[in-house]
Amino acid sequence: MSTKKPLFVPRRHVIRGLLATTAFGVTSRLWTGCTPVKESEASSGNSGSSAKGKQIVMGFIYVGPKDDYGYNQAQAQGKAGVSKLPWVKSIEEANVPETTAVQETMRNMIEQDGATVLFPTSFGYFDPHILKLAKDYPEVQFFHCGGLYQADKHPKNVGSYFGYIDEAEYISGIVAAHTSKTGKLGFIAAKPIPQVLRNINSFTLGARSINPKVTTQVIFTGDWSLPVKEAEAANSMADQGVDVLTCHVDSPKVVVETAEKRGIFCTGYHASQATLAPKGYLTGSEWDWTNVYSKYAEMLQAGKTLMNGGIPHLVRGGLKDGFLKLSDYGSAVSAETKKDAEVAKAKFLDGSMVIYKGEIKDNQGKVVIPPGKDYKQQDTELEKMNWLASGVIGNVSS
Amino acid sequence: MINRYNWRTTLEAICIPIAAILFSLVLFGVFCAAAGANPLAVYGSIYKAAFGNWYSLQNTLIRAAPLMLSSLCTALPARLGLVIIGNEGALVVGGLGAIATGLALASAPPTLVQLAMALAGIVCGGLWIGAVGALRYYRAVNETISSLLLNYIAIALLNHLVGGVMRDPSSVNKVSSYPIPEIDMLGSIPGTRVHYGLIYGLVACVIAYFLIQRTTFGFAARIAGGNVRAARIAGLPVGKLTMAICFLAGSCAGLAGMVEVAAVHGRANESLNANYGYSGILVAFIARHNPLAATIVAILLGGILASGGILQRSHGLPDATVLVFQGLVFLVVLYSESLYGRLAIFKERPVSPGQVPPTPTNDQPSPAPV
Repeated sequence: MSTKKPLFVPRRHVIRGLLATTAFGVTSRLWTGCTPVKESEASSGNSGSSAKGKQIVMGFIYVGPKDDYGYNQAQAQGKAGVSKLPWVKSIEEANVPETTAVQETMRNMIEQDGATVLFPTSFGYFDPHILKLAKDYPEVQFFHCGGLYQADKHPKNVGSYFGYIDEAEYISGIVAAHTSKTGKLGFIAAKPIPQVLRNINSFTLGARSINPKVTTQVIFTGDWSLPVKEAEAANSMADQGVDVLTCHVDSPKVVVETAEKRGIFCTGYHASQATLAPKGYLTGSEWDWTNVYSKYAEMLQAGKTLMNGGIPHLVRGGLKDGFLKLSDYGSAVSAETKKDAEVAKAKFLDGSMVIYKGEIKDNQGKVVIPPGKDYKQQDTELEKMNWLASGVIGNVSS
Repeated sequence: MINRYNWRTTLEAICIPIAAILFSLVLFGVFCAAAGANPLAVYGSIYKAAFGNWYSLQNTLIRAAPLMLSSLCTALPARLGLVIIGNEGALVVGGLGAIATGLALASAPPTLVQLAMALAGIVCGGLWIGAVGALRYYRAVNETISSLLLNYIAIALLNHLVGGVMRDPSSVNKVSSYPIPEIDMLGSIPGTRVHYGLIYGLVACVIAYFLIQRTTFGFAARIAGGNVRAARIAGLPVGKLTMAICFLAGSCAGLAGMVEVAAVHGRANESLNANYGYSGILVAFIARHNPLAATIVAILLGGILASGGILQRSHGLPDATVLVFQGLVFLVVLYSESLYGRLAIFKERPVSPGQVPPTPTNDQPSPAPV
């Protein structure tokens, strides 16, 4: 009827609806109330059992998935290892791109989960994301995996850590040169940044210490994770007669699987891909992040921080310091190869090995390390590397 | 009665989407239980991370801002009967236009630069979807397909320009364009972390609502959307309407792109296509193409997206879980579209004879004796 009000709801229905909404609201309070109470009970139980009491919440952020058989898996294994310590509570988030999304993730970890120490593990998180968050949260410590910290430019609560994985690459090069029949090695790299170039050069120098005629073909795919390009590069190298492949990308899974499919050998990187290539996997350079993170956890628990100078801003280590390890030798590695590799490894472990010892020429013929000069692993000159050693086929500006 | 207002229709329009969202929550709970997490705890976490406290609410609002603008790109042409899913492309092109203008006018006062960037975003986005409308009107190209394919062209254009002509050589990690000066970036609403894009989104949605529901232009558009032939017969300029609505739709998404560039990133790079476009389609569909409802739905969806992180950290669920949730919501909502007009509870009740008012009959009262 035209006289009836447009939205006529009987009073009974209104009251019923209000009661129902209130009931729902009250019960949802119960749910959200439940979980924090449970967590705080659990954590107070935990801290009660450990003698020091205070729990450190560590946040780990990965750029890719945790099961990529590569960089992120190695980091996740490190996180799992350090979580075993009773005073450490760790949270992680995977697949966070190198954009402002990581700022949001870090902020959420600090605000919602109470993290006081963050480990954003991808190279591209540093500038501007970590720097911006470090300014906003001066009490939270940010440890970046990479080599970018500079004392005069960056805030005090930022530190960086990295490992001299090129030591393991040198030994991989030795193994590769022994096992290769054609003398052609292949290296699939992501971007021509100094750390990647250092791996390529160490690999080649190690290989050339066994066979001075060996060459390393290098292809830069352009980004850390481009599975299609990596597969194409692997196939094209196999077509050109390369018979040992290695790589420096976030996930060596594709390269290793392609090498196995083509029947050539490969050495791994970041984590062990031995299960993916039972016949062709020779050895590989693996990170041992559990060791590194445990050392950090111990320093943090003793009350040392970046801000009070207790934790150094630049933490580096090699085989000797347990930052990395060599994968187990595959079935195709001969006894003689193992001997040479162990000799080199022993030299690394007692600190007498110098990879970058003059004279070294780059692949354009220019002398980059003059004769008589040697650069120890910790030398910061090496962190600015922008050349490819002689024996590498490829150029830096791809 | 001809113009009797049917409250049941309004109730239906509110109840069915809410029921759809609740049902998709239930399905998501089943998924979480299968993945090994406690569904009630997951609901609690989503609530906590989306609306639980002021910090989380700000996260939600930051995510909702581009969604409101981007959803208008689908909602406006839908009133005209067109299904356009080119939000992503228009957003990217708008962002490109904005950054180009921002860099070109870098030395002008900030307000002027921001205004110019907004105009550039609006014009570029508008022309992009206007092209879709033109193709539809002049050559009857299906606008869904053409707008979808133009998305890919826009993203390729972005990568080409950002990696080539506009590339900033110092951006080693992520190829991006030169950044606009800090002072030209859109600020945050005072007292919050939310940028002004939220205000733009709300205002745009209100304007769009009034345009469609309360102006003759909107009325003409709705007629053309209801029945194109009837509109043509009535003499409405369908071609002009199509182009105008498509331009407006694209301009909203282009403005969203400008906000992304000016408020969030400060430069253009491949993270411009962060799926705000496709989520905008979802918002428009859930809101049944009503711009006012789109604001609420955008906040809801922003909340869902903002809770993605806590699902990983606190429950160990895989990182794609929040996308699964979004997909479930979309599926259930699309299915619920078929329920309109089918449920007896919302159907108009037949008018009982006793309620019919007396109609004027031909019986005249007997003439009064003079």
